[in-house]
Amino acid sequence: MDQFLQLLVAGLATGAVYALAAMGFTLLWQTAGTINFAQGEFVMLPAFLMLGWMSLGGLEPWPAFALTVLCSLLLLGLAFKRALADPLMRHDVLTMVIATIALGLFLKESVKELWSNEAQPFPDLLPVGSLQLGGVVLSLRDIVVFLAAAGLALGLQLFLARTRTGRSMQAVAQNREVARIVGIDVPRMVLLTFLVNALLVSVAALLVTPVYLAKFDLGESLGLMAFIAAIVGGFNQTRGALVGGLLVGLLDNFSAAYLSAAYRNAFPLLLLVVIILLRPQGLLGRAEERQV
Amino acid sequence: MRRTLAAAAVLVGLGAGGAGAQDSVLIADVIELSGGGATVGTNWKNGVDLAASRINAEGGILGRKVVVEHYDTQSNPAVSKAVLQKALDEDPFVVLGPIYSSSTKVNMVVTQRAEVPQIVGSEASDITEQGNPWVFRTSFGQAAGMPKLANYMRDGLGARTVDIVWVNNDFGKGGRDAMVAELEKRGIEVGADLSTEVQQVDFAPDVVQVRNSGADAVFVYLHEEESARFLKELRKQGYERPVIGETTLMNQKVIDLAGEAVEGVRGHVGLSADAPLESVAAMAEAYEKAFGAKTDHNGIKGYIALHIVKEIAERTGGFDRAAFGEALRGATITTADEPGVLMDVTFDEKGDIDRESFLVEVENGQQVITEVLPKLGG
Amino acid sequence: MMLRALLVAAGLAVLVLLPLGLKSYGIYLLSLWALNTVAAMGLNLTVGQAGQVSLAQAAFVAIGAYTAALLAPLGLGFWLALPLAVGVAFAVGLVVGFPALRVQHHHLAFVTLGFNALVILVLRNEEWLTGGTYGISGIERPDILGFSTFGALPFYYLCLGVLGAASLAMWWLLRSPWGRAFAGLRDNPLRAASLGVDVRAYTLLAFAIGSAYGGLSGAFLGPLVEYVDPTPFGLETSLALLLMVVVGGAGSFWGPFLGAALVTLLPEWLRVAEGFYLMLYALLVMVLMILCPSGLMGVLERLAGRLRRAS
Repeated sequence: MDQFLQLLVAGLATGAVYALAAMGFTLLWQTAGTINFAQGEFVMLPAFLMLGWMSLGGLEPWPAFALTVLCSLLLLGLAFKRALADPLMRHDVLTMVIATIALGLFLKESVKELWSNEAQPFPDLLPVGSLQLGGVVLSLRDIVVFLAAAGLALGLQLFLARTRTGRSMQAVAQNREVARIVGIDVPRMVLLTFLVNALLVSVAALLVTPVYLAKFDLGESLGLMAFIAAIVGGFNQTRGALVGGLLVGLLDNFSAAYLSAAYRNAFPLLLLVVIILLRPQGLLGRAEERQV
Repeated sequence: MRRTLAAAAVLVGLGAGGAGAQDSVLIADVIELSGGGATVGTNWKNGVDLAASRINAEGGILGRKVVVEHYDTQSNPAVSKAVLQKALDEDPFVVLGPIYSSSTKVNMVVTQRAEVPQIVGSEASDITEQGNPWVFRTSFGQAAGMPKLANYMRDGLGARTVDIVWVNNDFGKGGRDAMVAELEKRGIEVGADLSTEVQQVDFAPDVVQVRNSGADAVFVYLHEEESARFLKELRKQGYERPVIGETTLMNQKVIDLAGEAVEGVRGHVGLSADAPLESVAAMAEAYEKAFGAKTDHNGIKGYIALHIVKEIAERTGGFDRAAFGEALRGATITTADEPGVLMDVTFDEKGDIDRESFLVEVENGQQVITEVLPKLGG
Repeated sequence: MMLRALLVAAGLAVLVLLPLGLKSYGIYLLSLWALNTVAAMGLNLTVGQAGQVSLAQAAFVAIGAYTAALLAPLGLGFWLALPLAVGVAFAVGLVVGFPALRVQHHHLAFVTLGFNALVILVLRNEEWLTGGTYGISGIERPDILGFSTFGALPFYYLCLGVLGAASLAMWWLLRSPWGRAFAGLRDNPLRAASLGVDVRAYTLLAFAIGSAYGGLSGAFLGPLVEYVDPTPFGLETSLALLLMVVVGGAGSFWGPFLGAALVTLLPEWLRVAEGFYLMLYALLVMVLMILCPSGLMGVLERLAGRLRRAS
């Protein structure tokens, strides 16, 4: 029972971070038709931006994080849209896939060459230690990570569902033409989507890097898990990405402990294959209207 | 047109080289500079470069300048074979590296065929079991390190059951297999037996299992970065039993990365930048001055490797490869012969190395030697 | 037509004569290029002709490499193990393709990506069969009619022969009624379907034949390296093979030759840039995708078109 609870908490914490990356991924796909194979590297880059502000700029962690978010919005939001996503929108999905794979490689290699090919320690802004809960020892850090990531994800969900801007974004996601006809500023909504994604990956970076360590290949498995989460949950539903992320995180932790550590990486992939074959629109997704 | 383009590419690629001039001696260093082994490989490379600059400052080897060419294996056996071919085309005197055992196993066949001596940084047991007379180690094979550790777990810790966490590649699997055999011989049971991935970042489920296994200690056999992540996760979940490692776990890089979480970790170190020896401390200091980072045992291995080349070349009085191999097998090199080997070493007929080693514990971010273990050969 | 035949003949002459002036490293790279081209050519059928994104080609190369390496020493010898290796890759291609082709495009990319990862896990964990992480060493290079291909040069000519045979087979396939159906499928699946082409059967066949080409490449890759282990068959290799196809020009017959040359040899080319070469390389791919998604063959065709108009 102890073990079960500990795995549950650890799995939820990991899963909540997957969910953050997966939600950004899904939003980009829905609203902008952009499939971003560099999403993992998008989580890695803010970690190094933050280290840069701290070591070169001599800043304290929190101000450094604020500047990091700003840089992310500019680089991973605005510049990514203008320089790569916009010109690629004219071509087919395959082109987009290849180009963002190349972007991921470019980001990894840049960090490796310009910073270091070795892992770097990263400041931990969260409490370390453990929590005694009726005889069960739980990691305090995991709980905080889960609450922070899940809180942000739910907040985004509320924003999309309840605010005028959020609803406009969803309208663009559902049908661009109709959205334009009813007077929504489509380009602005698309830009906003890229910015939201940049914010999500920055927070994800802040949460995972203290334990995962800042390294150029930090995003590889994270990116893959985010894709899986997005598809399992439903590629056209941000809610789905949240559910998918938590599910994948739990599956990853439980299967490693109870089934087979050696085949640990296989289980999320098997889940992915089963979902794609039985319910290609994902657990919460609607059947795809868009033919790509 | 297309073909000529490709041809031009190949020709351009082959344009470099030609370092075989009479006043210099070429050493090829085939090593992991990118991919999973980049950390260990970079240390090794720096160690070799440091040794080369020192040897050259003192007049080179037999009056010839040492020229080291580095070739990146990308931590991939097929690439390592390709770049080794390239290195051999330049006709080097000796090949140094690689560290990853899978790459070494591909490469040693090629150097054997070319009859070029190769001094490797790998630890997998079977490398020196194949009767290849051209391959030599710079560090203990796993078959030498694990018995010492197993003894410590039985006698020092009184452990009955031990968990093993290992990385699922040939380095980790080889170490795990060697350790399991040694534990069995001593009647110690293996508790949780956990395989993990190279570049794995999330160790939560592994730590949960180790925490709940009820074993007396955990033996961790991972690469540096994964070690740091694992130790952080152990600390995060409040693990309090002994944590035991072999060389890498107490490595300086792990201490830098995991900080607090490495406190109290114990284990066996074949070579350590913190060995209580003046020679090693001086080398570590020079390394830090030259490269702005602390060396780990791989940096020392690279440094020693080139000095072994120097000493043996001088013993044979020339650059004959067959004579070099002949002279190195069974050789003992003391620090009086060649200070650059840092500690007295003895090679056996198979190419395995023997020297003193240490039991250490990490205290206040430093490796502290708790016991000096004598050479196996007495 | 005449001109094209001349170009092919000239290219062939270069490929035959070039290695005579190269050292063993250059010959090794050329051999690697030939085998990469075979694997990329197979993937090109899947991507270029059937219009499906597959990220599992490296897994099929692995299947070919392991099947040949495991069967050849069992008394079969290389030349009997070879068709089995190709056959196994073809069969696995059918089995994976059948359910996978229910979904399309990005979903297929993920299913195949998952399959690639699974294959690696099996290769690494089932030590009793595959040698696990230790791999299989001492793979022998085959004899042809009593001639040993042990040396670098004979083995290169063997690889070149394999490439030649694979190219001819592909050429024939694309000229055949089947091949025309493939092309129709890519250009307009709805129309192809209305003309009575069984879209799924043809797509599946394209996928399986593409996989068999991967297996063929793998069967010779083992003897080239004289060792197999799971690492070189990971997702990075599948991505590199896809890059070869797309950078060369998806769907173009000569695209894989060019793409494989670029991906295999570009690191050599850019060696002056040292560690920065992968950065440059990634940048080049992004620029190419933005400006000319039809790849290098597209660029060449545009240039040729401009020349023709100018003259």
